[in-house]
Amino acid sequence: MAILVIAEHDNSTLKGATLNAVTAASQVGGELHLLVAGEGCGAAAEAAAQVAGVSKVLVADNAAYAHQLAENLSKLVAELGKDYSHVIAPATTTGKNVMPRVAALLDVAQLSDITAVESDNTFQRPIYAGNAIATVESLDPIKVITVRGTAFDAAAETGGSASVEAVAAVHDAGISAFVGEEVAQSDRPELTSAKVVVSGGRGMGNGENFAILEKLADKLGAAVGASRAAVDAGFVPNDMQVGQTGKIVAPELYIAVGISGAIQHLAGMKDSKVIVAINKDEEAPIFQVADYSLVADLFEAVPELDAKL
Amino acid sequence: MKALVAVKRVIDYNVKVRVKSDNTDVDLANVKMALNPFCEIAVEEAVRLKEAGTVSEVVVVSIGPKACQEQIRTALALGADRGIQIETDEMPESLGVAKLLAKVVEEEKPELVILGKQSIDSDNNQTGQMLGALLDMPQGTFASEVKVEGDKVNVTREVDGGLQTVALNLPAIVTTDLRLNEPRYASLPNIMKAKKKPLDVKTPADLGVELKAHTRLLKVAPPAERQAGIRVSSVDELVDKLKNEAKVI
Repeated sequence: MAILVIAEHDNSTLKGATLNAVTAASQVGGELHLLVAGEGCGAAAEAAAQVAGVSKVLVADNAAYAHQLAENLSKLVAELGKDYSHVIAPATTTGKNVMPRVAALLDVAQLSDITAVESDNTFQRPIYAGNAIATVESLDPIKVITVRGTAFDAAAETGGSASVEAVAAVHDAGISAFVGEEVAQSDRPELTSAKVVVSGGRGMGNGENFAILEKLADKLGAAVGASRAAVDAGFVPNDMQVGQTGKIVAPELYIAVGISGAIQHLAGMKDSKVIVAINKDEEAPIFQVADYSLVADLFEAVPELDAKL
Repeated sequence: MKALVAVKRVIDYNVKVRVKSDNTDVDLANVKMALNPFCEIAVEEAVRLKEAGTVSEVVVVSIGPKACQEQIRTALALGADRGIQIETDEMPESLGVAKLLAKVVEEEKPELVILGKQSIDSDNNQTGQMLGALLDMPQGTFASEVKVEGDKVNVTREVDGGLQTVALNLPAIVTTDLRLNEPRYASLPNIMKAKKKPLDVKTPADLGVELKAHTRLLKVAPPAERQAGIRVSSVDELVDKLKNEAKVI
């Protein structure tokens, strides 16, 4: 049986999370097909055909799929999914939105946010905010799965030469419509795919003070994140939140500034390769997971670090 | 219009979770339980819609053993009008929960169904979407703003990289994210009043739903522990370690 991976894309390029999902799918084993559903998504489909290990790309190009509305896309994926042993998507907000509908339409369970593949029917996934790891066996004929991107390496973007096949099926449920979006514009890398992340917490004091983190981030080619405390205090928008209820990141280097280290924040970043914590409170729990701890006033230490890099 | 809110009894947000020594599950014996935080936001949103005159009745439903009546009473104290408990000793999987809720929706015919986006125990983030598929209803997941306008509801959603707004035909499903609202505290008089509000008990059999296992939990283990590293005494030492020891910059 073959595996269907749902590509995350913006019609012109593939999103990085797709490549992590492809790696997870390849660990399950079997022929890999990628579905690119969108509107005017030919360029994304071409990129998908280059991904190493993919043998076929299915392209559903229609206005009904323009904004990945779950009501429409789930019907398409469920229809196609009947012919596969596994239907896999990245655990992004799009994947989380669409895949449970797919599972329900197929009358099967969904395994959310898997972090390891043990066999073609057994997977690991974090529960209780990452405080426990469950090993779960699927008893269903079709396994519907979302993949935590940080747990799998990205597949090579090139080297593949998949065939491209158009899918004619159009599912327009007609019960939902896209109204608009506000996408944060930034020249910095995306939080979930950045090699370096600089995050600020309540210790930053206010939103303006994040400027010193942004300056440091620009020098390191880093993304800027925040703790839930900083988001709740209104310093920065929620899409910057790193943690169980925000984004899960695992960069090469994570620099936590003025973050105390609540369990829910640690759940979002503790798989980072190297963790640096800067906090003036030497009892802060963040120091228990940091590789390098600096007890210092962040308003002195961060500019100094910036200057010395 | 009527709003139906589904709530779940889970381990209290502040309790440190421990895995049982035989690795069969987490240890919930004698642990403080509470209303799932995202469900609390769902109740608050429904109550605010009622206070604004948009919603006329808020019905809250929970699935679980008798103890979950405690969380239904909490929701009633926050302002919901009546409760429904679906009694089961085994906690059903998300698909089973969605099938039970679908039957309740067919009976109650709410215009809005509001759920938390996920429960903080299983972290599945599935039930609202599955319910939507079973009922062929539209969904606004991870909501940070909900506005009912005529026969539609506009939902602003927290998505990767920003916000997205969708317009959904009613009846519709909303799942809540953290920024939707800040739930109130129940006042003592309201806690007393909640004890007298109606609470129906049904079983899955009453609803004609047969629960089925789609997965088997083989093992629950603690995550790999991360060891604390070293204290550096200055920014110079930090830069040196990052360059020469960790080699990450």
